[in-house]
Parts: sequence; C-alpha cells; structure tokens
Amino acid sequence: MSPDATNFGKTIMEPDKKTSKNLVEVDNLTVEFTTRNGIVQAVSDVSFHIAKGETLGIVGESGSGKSVTSYALMRILEANGMIASGDMVYGGIDLKNASNSTMREIRGREISMIFQNPRAALNPIRKVGKQLEDVMRQHGFATRQNAKAKAIELLKMVRINNPEDRYHSYPHELSGGMCQRIVIAVAIACQPRLLIADEPTTGLDVTTQKAVLDLVGELTKAQGMSTILITHDLGLASAYCDRLIVMEKGRVVESAGAADMFARPAHPYTQKLIRATPRLGADIRDLLPEDAEPRTPSEPKAPAVHPEGQPLLQVTDLVKDFPLKAPVKKLRDMFKTAKAPDDEPTVFRAVDTLNMTIDYGESVGLVGESGCGKSTTSSMVMRLLDPTSGSIVFDGVDIGAMPAKDFATSEYRSKLQMVFQDPTDSLNPRFTARQSIADPLFRLGGPEVRRDADRRVARLADMVGLPKSLLERFPHQLSGGQKARVGIARAIALDPKLLILDEPTAALDVSVQAVVLNLLLDLKDELDMSYLFVSHDLNVVRLLCEKVVVMRGGRIEETGETEALMSNPQTEYTRMLLSAIPHPPEMAA
Amino acid sequence: MTETTLNAAAGLPEIDERSLGMRIKTQVKHIRYVLTSNPVTLLAFTLFVMIVILGIFGPWIAPYDPLATNASIALQPPSWSHWFGTDQLGRDVLSRVIVATRLDLLISVCAVAISFVAGSVVGSIAGYYGGWFDKISGRFIDTIMAFPLFVLAMGIVAALGNTVENIVYATAIINLPFYARVARAEVNIRRNAGFVQAAKLSGNSDARVLACHIFPNALPPMMVQISLNMGWAILNAAGLSFIGLGVRPPTPEWGIMVAEGANFIVSGEWWMAIFPGAALMLAVFTFNLLGDGLRDIVDPRQRT
Repeated sequence: MSPDATNFGKTIMEPDKKTSKNLVEVDNLTVEFTTRNGIVQAVSDVSFHIAKGETLGIVGESGSGKSVTSYALMRILEANGMIASGDMVYGGIDLKNASNSTMREIRGREISMIFQNPRAALNPIRKVGKQLEDVMRQHGFATRQNAKAKAIELLKMVRINNPEDRYHSYPHELSGGMCQRIVIAVAIACQPRLLIADEPTTGLDVTTQKAVLDLVGELTKAQGMSTILITHDLGLASAYCDRLIVMEKGRVVESAGAADMFARPAHPYTQKLIRATPRLGADIRDLLPEDAEPRTPSEPKAPAVHPEGQPLLQVTDLVKDFPLKAPVKKLRDMFKTAKAPDDEPTVFRAVDTLNMTIDYGESVGLVGESGCGKSTTSSMVMRLLDPTSGSIVFDGVDIGAMPAKDFATSEYRSKLQMVFQDPTDSLNPRFTARQSIADPLFRLGGPEVRRDADRRVARLADMVGLPKSLLERFPHQLSGGQKARVGIARAIALDPKLLILDEPTAALDVSVQAVVLNLLLDLKDELDMSYLFVSHDLNVVRLLCEKVVVMRGGRIEETGETEALMSNPQTEYTRMLLSAIPHPPEMAA
Repeated sequence: MTETTLNAAAGLPEIDERSLGMRIKTQVKHIRYVLTSNPVTLLAFTLFVMIVILGIFGPWIAPYDPLATNASIALQPPSWSHWFGTDQLGRDVLSRVIVATRLDLLISVCAVAISFVAGSVVGSIAGYYGGWFDKISGRFIDTIMAFPLFVLAMGIVAALGNTVENIVYATAIINLPFYARVARAEVNIRRNAGFVQAAKLSGNSDARVLACHIFPNALPPMMVQISLNMGWAILNAAGLSFIGLGVRPPTPEWGIMVAEGANFIVSGEWWMAIFPGAALMLAVFTFNLLGDGLRDIVDPRQRT
C-alpha cells in the first residue's frame, strides 16, 4: 500500500510502525486567525484520530471549523491563520513542526484532498490527462515514458468512458460530475494513505453525488486508504462513514459510530441537526427544534375568491430553442455561400412542448437533474426569457406574448416574483438589506406605497423574521440564513400571486433550511400565494409541495401528487432519482 | 420564530444605525481603518492632501511672485532665500513649482473626469447590451489604442490648436479606452448575476438596472484606474508642454520648467530642471499609490 517506499521515500516518509494503529492523531488542535477585529479562534481544542482504512465523517454547519481543521492538517491555512496549539501526528510524523519541504512531500503523496468545487480545482487551460501526469511525475510515480499510460489507467479507474479521448479534454468540456471524477483521480494518483474530501458533492445532482461517493468508497476500500469526509449533510455522512464527529463553533461536540449517533444522539446540537435533516416520514414542522416557539399565525385573511375552474397559471406547449454555434467553416469554403446541411440541427431545444398548470394556492415542485430545462422553464414563466413558442396564461392573461424586456415595468410584474438559488449572488453587494427590500416597492408600488415604504419594509422584515437592526447591513455582513430572508422579503414585498422558488435552500445549512422552509409554508398561507418550487432534492420538495413535475431532457417525465409519486413512481427515471437520496441508517430500512 | 442562532452569530447590539450621524461615523471609521491598516496608503493620502493644499492655496503659500523677473539674481543656486534657486530670469523656482501645482492638477483632474464619464458610459452600454454598439465602440477604441498614445495626443493638440483646453481633451481621448474597457468587462461579468435578475423582477428598466445596480459595483476597479490615470495625465500634460505644445511660457508649469531647465543642466545649473521634475515625480508617485486605498474605501465589502 505504501508506494514503494524503498525507491521513492525518504526516511521521514516511512511511518513509524510501532507507534499505534492510528494513521492520524490530532490532539487539542487550536487554530487562530488574525483579523481586523482581533484574533478569532476558528478551531478550539479539537481531538480525533483515524485508524487505517477507516472513513471518518466531520459534520457541521458553515463556520463550524470543519474545513479549517482539515486545512490545518495539510498545513495549507491562509496566511493569517496559525496553529496556536495542539499536536498533529501522521504515521509518526509530527505535522505541526514538519518542515515545509517535508510537507510538500506529504501533500499529494501521503495526504491528498478533493476540493469542493471541482472546476476551480482543475487548471482550465491544461488537458486533464496532463494534469494527472503532473501530479504523478512531481512525486516520482511516473516517468515521461509511462506517464500517459498511467494517466489513462487512472481515468479508467474513476470510470470515465473513452479514457483515451478524455485524456485530451479540457475541464470546460466535461460535466461537473466528470470534473469531480478527474479531481478524485488526481487525488488518488499517488496512492495516498489519507484522502480528505471537503464537501465533494455540493453542487452536484443527487444521482451524480451517489455515483461519486460510491466511487470514492470503492477506491479507498480497494487501496486501503483512510478517508475524512467533510460535509454539512448528516444523512450523507452517516451513509458513507464508519465514524462521525460533529463540530459546532470550532469544537467537537460529539463523536460516535455512524449508526450509534443516529440512534442515540447525545448532544443537543446533534439532536437538532438530526431533527432538521429532511427525511422520509417527517413532516415539515418536525424539522424545527422541539423547543421552538410556535409561530403565532397572523389573523387569517378572508379566503380569496378565485375564478371558478381556471388555474392561476396555465403553461401550454411551451418550447424554448437556443441557437447552436455555427460550425467553424473551413478556409476553402469561406467564400462559398454557406448553407447549413439539413441534417445538422442549428438549435438546441432546452424545453420541449411543456404543459403544466398551477392552481390558486397550490405548490408545485419542479424536479430534475441539472440541464433538464427546469431553470429555463422557470425563467420563461418568470418572464425573464422569451419562449420560442407556446403560451403562458397567468390569471387569465397571456403573459407569454409580452416581450421580456417590457415586462419589467408592466403591471403583472408585481404578481410574479422569485426567490433565487444563491442568496449571496442575488443581493446587490452595494445595497443594504433595507434598500434591497425596498427596491420593488419604489419601482412598482404606487406613490402611496412609496410614501409608506419605511413602514412596509419594517413589516416585511417582521414577517420573514429578520431583526430590524440588520436592515442597514450590507449582504456580506449577513449570514446565509439572513440573506435568504432578505431575498424572500423582497420577493413578497408586492404581494405576488405566484412565487417561484429556485432551490431557495440549496446554499443553506440544514438547520437554517428547516427554518426557511417553515417560513415559506407560513407565508404561503398568510399571503395566499402559489409556489413553483424548483429543486433537484425530492426530499425537500416533498415537504412543501402537493404536486410534483419531474423533468428530463426538456420534457416532462412524470407528474402527479407528491405522496403518490414518491411512494409509487411510474418511471424508471423517477425511481433512480429517489434511490439516489442518501438515507441515514435507521431510516434505510 | 426564534432567531437565537442567527442573532447570536450577528452579535451586534440592537441599535438604529439609520441616522445620518451614525452613517457618517461608520464611514469615517472605515476610512480610518483603511488608512491605518496600510502605512503606504496613509503616506499616499498625506501626500495627496499636501498636493491638493498646494494646488488650492499655492499663490498664497509661494514666497515670491512666480512671474517677477530680477536679472540681478539670475541663475543662483539654492540658498536660504531661494530654496530651489532662481532661473535665468531671476524668478524663484520654489514659487514657480508651488504655483504650477494648480494648473497641472486641474488639467489632469479635468482630463480624467472627462475620460472616466465618457469611457464608463460607452463601456457600460457596450458591456450590457452587446450587439452592434459593442462591436463598433470596441473597434473604435482599438483604433485609438493602435496609435502611439503620446503621438496621438501631440497630433490632437497640434490640430485643434495650442491651448490648455485642448491638452485636456487630448489627454481625455487617449485615456478613454482604458475606462471603456474596464467598464465593459466589469459590467459584462455582472450582466447575468442573480442580483441583476432580481432587480429586473423588482421592476427596474434595463437602463436603471445598468445605472443603479451594475455600474456601482464596477466602481472599485475603476477607482484604481482613475488614480493610476491621474499620474499618467499629469505626466502627459507635462510632456506636451515639454515639447512646446499647450501651456506657454511664462506660465509656471512643471513640464515647461523641466524643458527650460534642461538647457542649463549642461552648464551646471541643475536646480532649474531637477526640482520641477521631482515635483512631477512625487505627484505621479502619490497617485499611483493612492489606487488601492481608494478602492478599499469605495468597496462596501471591505467594511465589517
């Protein structure tokens, strides 16, 4: 397992066999960062160990110090961070005091890492095969002669089809899942003994996530590697790890076997996390902590009168084509009158004859993997994008016929609003929370609303549970959950009838997700809205939606009542989506 | 609904930060932080303030009349009565260097302001809408950049006439491409950002989205450009005067003074060229250093 230590390794690389059976031992690790506001302790007094061949899950929400712990282990902390105290021993080597040259030897060769964003981790202007060769040659695992063969072998190992062709691909030519496989291949190229996977599947579809994690599991088992899986998803961690440690605010609050932790969570924080994880058989209200004050429902509005027999939104035969780039002409054809051959498509059909209805007060989930056309559909319904053909009838009016660029100032704009996927990206960095929420009031509200804007903003902040003192803050001064609230407050500012939720909780921690989902449910009743919930996570959709539409390749694959569809899926594709959701041990049965 | 976890993370007392006084206080605190966190920025701002003071109050600060000639004390080396010496007509070099600050600063500020405004408008529209305007403005800018810029400025001043205004226009035109390109790139990458879509959903028209939502976000890199360009514009104006375009003697101006002094360096009267040259260098140096600090001040993300 140790890669020919006699040939390549220096003496320090040879782990001390006598010390213990543990590959890594971390004792009382404390990491501090020097910031503008003084010294911040990101990790305090953390101890854990990893046995050979074991998979350890480090679970925690953002800011819990789980990534910092692993960076400290690799000694790749940012310049303002330092290991204040504690010991880190890897196979007899003192990582804390090892020289930089020793660390360079260890990184990649002994300990390697899979990063969160595979695209950012790969060099965009170098062929993926060459990047694999670089790592192997750097650590003397391949020579110029055999590097290519070894690289292709690695690509085969991570199950990339046509490895000989893919060797010559650039990262941008590969999908997110493929890129992550390449990153895995780079990480295991030198047969390290410890693999650190830092949120390896955030941003990937559930099906891809399953494929990637299964692959990591098999490879590490086959090579006897130890793994640290860092994740915020308890369900995921418990499905793939032997042992879990839970971190909160830089401290380890609980450490136990994966099954044990789920069956008998000892620490209140762990209990809260487990509660907040969406799972089969749990109601949306179950996700909140037990001691949460029940939300005082505002006086229910008089049930709105809706036109009989007419849905709020009716989408008929919706089609969206995107033009494909014309193939590059050959030089000698330059002056010939170019005419595309009839058999080559000139457009890419992102959405293909889609039909859908949403009733007044109904929540519909739109589910599918990335690239299935769900975002294109929601953009068209939201009138940010013009459909190629088909009609979008909203509240009795064909809004699909209005050009998107004029729709921004039309009277229907305020009736259709959206909550965006990434709360950070969707707030103007130069606007305070108040300005962001007030913007639609000033643009679309009448003079009356404008005069009243301050009071309305205060009421909206109240409705979404955003403390008023935070209204003057800029987005970067708010936490993820607070930013999500600002985004929701802005969307409901004008009492919309239809709210599109584009994965509104994808970027949030589970406990925050639970709160936000409940908030959305309350607001829906309070304001008599309909929701179109766009997501790839069926577990979350189930909590909020009565009806589900499953999309695949621009078409509707299946549609039905949520419970019926989930318990008895009609198509193979839906079954696959359902089975890819990681289930915590106790619920797996 | 309880907000304990989120509010605890925020960790701020419940104060109403809305009052104007509070806001100014926060801003002042932020500027003070930017200045004190980096000594180079502090140095740059100190020099900048000094230059501005000299520019505004120069004629009152200068010990002698910069235009008064006195043949009896011509070509005297630096002394206690004339710190920077005197020139061939007996004028006090120190006074001329001080008084020249205003003209040089005025030329560069005007030139930079014109090119900033024009370049931002052209670049933002090109970056946001794309299409034919982008193509035409892009090629036009490429055409300007294809000339040796100083030669182009010379040509413009020679063609339009030998006046100070024309130096300003010439300097503005040769600087415009830099602003247009930065603005185009910064606007273009934000064109499809989430907050832009959200702004459209809030009922902002395209023009409003561009002016109120996207452009302000492009300001920090533009600020760096402005300060680099200020130094460059001063250099350009001085260069034009040096070769006899624009400002005419006996007006005190650093470029002319260096040009006049250059004739006397050979015969040993070094002070006539060295001191205005040093002032020029110091001004350019100041503006180049200023860039990073200025960017940190206008960027709200630097605030905590």
